[in-house]
Amino acid sequence: MSRRVAPLLWLLFSAGGTVAAFFYPALLLIVAFVLPFGYRDGTELSLAGLLQPAVVRGLLVVVVALPLFHWAHRFRYTLYDGLQLKHLAVLIAVLCYGSALASTFVAAYLLFTLP
Amino acid sequence: MAATVTVEVARYRPERDAEPVFQQYEVPVRHEWVVLDALTHVKDEIDGSVAFRWSCRMGVCGSCGMMVNGQPTLTCASYLTDHLPGPIRIEPLRHFPVIRDLVVDLASFLRKLRRVKPWIVRDDGPVEPEGEYRQTPEELERYHQFSQCINCLLCYSACPIVGLEPDFTGPAAIALAQRYNLDSRDRGARERLEALSGDHGIWDCTFVGECTEVCPKNVDPAGAIQQYKLASALDTLRSFVLPWGK
Amino acid sequence: MAGTLDAPRYHGRWHRPRTSVFWWLESWRYTRFVLRELTSVCVAWTALVLMAYVGAAGLGAEALATFLSWMGAPWLVAWHVVVLAGLVYHSVSWFSLAPSAMVVRVGGRRVPASLIVGGNVAAWVVVSAALLWLAGRA
Repeated sequence: MSRRVAPLLWLLFSAGGTVAAFFYPALLLIVAFVLPFGYRDGTELSLAGLLQPAVVRGLLVVVVALPLFHWAHRFRYTLYDGLQLKHLAVLIAVLCYGSALASTFVAAYLLFTLP
Repeated sequence: MAATVTVEVARYRPERDAEPVFQQYEVPVRHEWVVLDALTHVKDEIDGSVAFRWSCRMGVCGSCGMMVNGQPTLTCASYLTDHLPGPIRIEPLRHFPVIRDLVVDLASFLRKLRRVKPWIVRDDGPVEPEGEYRQTPEELERYHQFSQCINCLLCYSACPIVGLEPDFTGPAAIALAQRYNLDSRDRGARERLEALSGDHGIWDCTFVGECTEVCPKNVDPAGAIQQYKLASALDTLRSFVLPWGK
Repeated sequence: MAGTLDAPRYHGRWHRPRTSVFWWLESWRYTRFVLRELTSVCVAWTALVLMAYVGAAGLGAEALATFLSWMGAPWLVAWHVVVLAGLVYHSVSWFSLAPSAMVVRVGGRRVPASLIVGGNVAAWVVVSAALLWLAGRA
């Protein structure tokens, strides 16, 4: 990896790890446990209101994208070191960062086409 | 307390062994004995052919690092009584070629160490009137922890990345680079960063953290490497945001 | 000088052990490290769930209700318990490792690691409580 790119990927990894550490346990608790089991009715209305400002949507893209790059970085090294796949290093990097990048575009599309 | 304990010493004699084999010795247990004393007893009283390195016997020279029951250990600082009832398995440091028995080849480390320029780099000559660079206790405190390294290389044996990437610069060398970077008299940080932000430098590290766990001198190489990563990343970011800056 | 150091590299009779593919099973410390790295899978999964949630909400009330009823499926609930455990492990390990990367100095003295970890964990608890409170009000 070029010496200009490695530090930036590490910054994305760190920023994503920090976002995930602070927000993800509570967010998963909400989406996977609180909403399906506690507050099924009425959530959709307040959600639409909550997501109206572009700033909120932009922030949400960040909250989804950065942790995906965190995953891409860590998972890449886990595959590379854990399974000794040195010969597949480039393929692994392309797949990991590529799917994080693609998911980021999907997240941005979803959020900014919300009614 | 047991009167004796079994030590299993890895023997590798290149002239006759294809693979290392274990040889068992029964050594007396004395309360004040360390693992190195047991080896010295074996060599003096039982089998003079066992080869191992040691020098100071007091945790300063860093020569007597070995694997004790699978853990990188400074054998002069590890009491026999902490390993009872045994057996105590003693092997050469992991991730280095074994020359003979418990003696490993350290040339790879010396090459890596030279790569990070572990000395004070100045190009302006002595500037102080008396020809010396003054330093306050606060400035000393910034790097003091990293200067405690005795090159015992336990951290290299603890690091799985060193095993996977033999060219990885490794914990002690990077911690020593950081020791000089943090020294107020030094001007070599940029040169070292060039060497350490490239291939086999800091970006090989995945922060397993075992180097810091095994360090007998509390140097914290893992911390040094992460601090280095952060500094390097912020430096790169700055060069993107302010391309005209240095 | 370099020559004398390099020459022994090619010494044919030295023993050079290889690292096993299963090196991370050799000691609990290494296994713990790999588990820490694998929490990233829980992180990625959660990101995808959040995306799916927003996507479903964008399609309207009916799609959102379908999505939420999927989320109530027993196997998915069981998996999410595992994911949640992974996320909590990520948070705790992330906060406890943070002080080694970040040296914070106040008045020339290094702020103790325990204070940084404590501050991070406290902020995490406050943020989590605020998010859950918001979700409860919605």
